[in-house]
Amino acid sequence: MQSGIFHASYQKDMAFRHTPAQFIRLGLVLAFALIFPFLANNYYLTLANQIGVAAIGAIGLNLLTGFTGQISLGQGAFMAVGAYSSGLMAARLGLPWFVTIPLACLITAMVGALFGVPSLRLKGLYLAIATLAAQQIIEWLITHWDALTGGVEALVVPAPTLFGSAINTDFRFYWIILICLIGTTLFASNLLRSKVGRAFVAIRDQDIAAEVMGVNLFRYKLTAFAVSSFFVGLSGALTAHYRTIISWERFTLETSILFLAMIIIGGLGSISGSIYGAAFMTLLPAILSNLGRGLEDFVPAMARLIPFLQQAAFGLVIILFLIFEPEGIAKLWRDVKDYFRLWPFSY
Amino acid sequence: MELFLQLTLTGLTNGAIFALVALGFVLIYKSSDVINFAQGELLLVGAYLIYAFVAELGFPWSVGILITLGLAVVVGVLVERFVLRPLIGEPIISVIMVTIGLSSLLRAIVNAIWGTYGRAFPAFIPSTNVYIFGAVVPADRLIAIGLSLLLLGAFTLFFRYSPDGIAMRATADDQQAALSMGISVKHIFAVAWSISAVTAAVAGALVANIVGVSGDVSRIGLRVFPVVILGGLDSVPGAVIGGVIIGLLEVYTGGYIGSGLSQVLPFIALILILMIRPYGLFGEERIERV
Repeated sequence: MQSGIFHASYQKDMAFRHTPAQFIRLGLVLAFALIFPFLANNYYLTLANQIGVAAIGAIGLNLLTGFTGQISLGQGAFMAVGAYSSGLMAARLGLPWFVTIPLACLITAMVGALFGVPSLRLKGLYLAIATLAAQQIIEWLITHWDALTGGVEALVVPAPTLFGSAINTDFRFYWIILICLIGTTLFASNLLRSKVGRAFVAIRDQDIAAEVMGVNLFRYKLTAFAVSSFFVGLSGALTAHYRTIISWERFTLETSILFLAMIIIGGLGSISGSIYGAAFMTLLPAILSNLGRGLEDFVPAMARLIPFLQQAAFGLVIILFLIFEPEGIAKLWRDVKDYFRLWPFSY
Repeated sequence: MELFLQLTLTGLTNGAIFALVALGFVLIYKSSDVINFAQGELLLVGAYLIYAFVAELGFPWSVGILITLGLAVVVGVLVERFVLRPLIGEPIISVIMVTIGLSSLLRAIVNAIWGTYGRAFPAFIPSTNVYIFGAVVPADRLIAIGLSLLLLGAFTLFFRYSPDGIAMRATADDQQAALSMGISVKHIFAVAWSISAVTAAVAGALVANIVGVSGDVSRIGLRVFPVVILGGLDSVPGAVIGGVIIGLLEVYTGGYIGSGLSQVLPFIALILILMIRPYGLFGEERIERV
């Protein structure tokens, strides 16, 4: 039985994976991700793509809220900025998607940093309300700036093409999303063990102490907003090219809340937790509607109730997780691993 | 001039309704430092309960309102006991998210019972037009003004003279000190939530009388954020004055510049207020510079 993991060198200490079991698990997950699209039907591929796009956005938000401690209710609006800037550049200027998506990410990063400026004076509750205002303002701009965004009309985005063939099926898009998700995960994990990442965590834990110890709050808070918005923009831009039709209704305050729910249920301040949370919150409504349809024969009112059931479940899981497991699925998973590692002496 | 008078009156009456909703926010924040994102849904619950008792079950409206207010107390106490109390001492994001989760749950319950389509509110609040200096005001808005002034007075007195009100202020200031002085913080929170739910039910009835009984009733919960921030999150008079200022601001921009802008201007104002005076016009200044 293991009594702990001991590191003999700094290199080992800094490594992402320490034990053979961790390497095996990682290998299994990667192998599953590679084999999955060949086995799954379209329904499951769509779900997987939704999870992937959501996970990128959730990692972005977790960098800001989970690691730097800056609550943002403006996620939906930042996603909209990414989606619309990439979509508009592709639709109006005819630029290829591999140019528009990175540009859209940069634009979103700048917009995010701009709306991050109030965070220098505000924190906690007040920052949440300021980002709520940012959400309302950006939403209003999108629906009222007809000349640029087309207002409340839906925006049609051309499907991305690569080497002459259109990436218009779930199967093809899966690979783009997978590459983006892996890139996001690697970047975020590496960022967190750099000086910048430690500064983020210091700001979250005690901003005044961080300032005293030489962390430049102005610079790092804005960096957090920019980096976070970059990935949120990526998530939005991928949504635009994946859906090929977008409208402002996809990026309302409810989207912001959905993403906050993802990172709280997955685990604040945990990269893997963001992915668990994204998967959980994407699968929950799907499972509920399947369940509801299955029960329709026994309970005829079920068909009418499904949307409300989903909404109620959404609220309920947030409340239950916050009360019973505030550290989210990431903590639950750790507990399960600890249980088996220490078995039969676990308590 | 006539336009100005009409706009001013409309703005004042809208502001009165904002103030009523804002009072519920302020009450909870003042006692427990919780900002309740589910305030709009408490309005929704109140409006539908009155609708159910008066229009569906056929009670006289006075009885229906009394039952609703009684149930609002129950809802407030239940919410505090089962949702907020386990989160005492948790970080602010948990508290924010739990009220957001609550709002989703309440809306789902209301929609599952009554459906999503709008209905007419039972007509017991007169909405006939009243003419003041040539400007038209529906009577229900005047009732809103009267009610919010009445509640303003009642709350001011409550916080200044009643033992519960004083205990509430003490709790907001320092929970531990309050506890050691023999104040039951649990009791105080329960009282705050039930009073807030009652205020919300009253405001819900007035809003439903204007927009009809539908999900739109809860939307005002969001529009009130600029009001409470402008007035100061922990100030009762601030809620009323903030309500009037934001109400006037919305109506003037709508009347003179264009109706589109009036939806977003309060939020631009909100960011400016937060940058300049985060504690609002009348809120207590707690300076912490970072």
